[in-house]
Amino acid sequence: MRRLLPYPVLAASLLIMWVLLNGLSVGHVVLGCIVAVGASLAMVALQPDKPMVRRWDMIPRLVTVVLIDILRSNIEVAAIILTGRRMGKPGFVMIPLELRDPTGLAILACIITSTPGTAWVEYHAGSGRLRIHVLDLIDEPALVDQIKQRYESLLMEIFE
Amino acid sequence: MTPFADLPVWVALLTAFFLILGSGLTLLGAIGLLKFERFYQRIHAPTLGTTWGAGGLLIASIILFSALQSRPVLHEILIAIFITVTTPVSLMLLARAALYRDRIEGNDGIPDFEAITASSKDQPSPDP
Repeated sequence: MRRLLPYPVLAASLLIMWVLLNGLSVGHVVLGCIVAVGASLAMVALQPDKPMVRRWDMIPRLVTVVLIDILRSNIEVAAIILTGRRMGKPGFVMIPLELRDPTGLAILACIITSTPGTAWVEYHAGSGRLRIHVLDLIDEPALVDQIKQRYESLLMEIFE
Repeated sequence: MTPFADLPVWVALLTAFFLILGSGLTLLGAIGLLKFERFYQRIHAPTLGTTWGAGGLLIASIILFSALQSRPVLHEILIAIFITVTTPVSLMLLARAALYRDRIEGNDGIPDFEAITASSKDQPSPDP
């Protein structure tokens, strides 16, 4: 089983993707399985670090928090564009991160980029410092706290 | 004769709502891209289009085609996942390029790269 399916999550996602794209039928499930196993074996040849998910139960919570935050900042940024008025001013913010897991950092990058109003600018792997640009900066320490507590702590629980 | 003629009213209304929401947010993102003055502000505007802008259009598509085909049509979720995964790549590329250029030209308001490493001394150093 280990040899046939070295990346079970990848294989399962590929199978789900195949079925979603082609429709649910026995033939496509079989084809999807062949593609999933083939791609898994190709991944073994590439030898990436295997991401370890320790807490599956925290993932729905993270997704909910992120979707709500994205919706909220969509409304805020839309209001700024419409009225041209903003509470704060744009600026760079430095966030000292404790998260070191590459997969966790990649997901944090997706979250920060997907949230309108914040953009990932640069990350220094040695010191773990992340610089983001904020469109409407009101309270810098509060923003750092929010990103550390809402996202980083959840991601650290999931991946570390 | 169109397949839309016998569509239930609530499906039509929901689809229209999410279509208008999605396309409206995408349009606002485009307007913001034009309106903001500086590069670092401009990169924020299109994220409206890549999040709930695209999300609204995809939800509308899921609702409409699930109703038309009387079965759940869910491959739009894949589009959402691929947009979310690929946006940070292009954004980081653009942001890093802009920072590099601004630092070389010595423009105002750009934090030094050294500040990231230098100020880490007064913080407890991370695990080796």
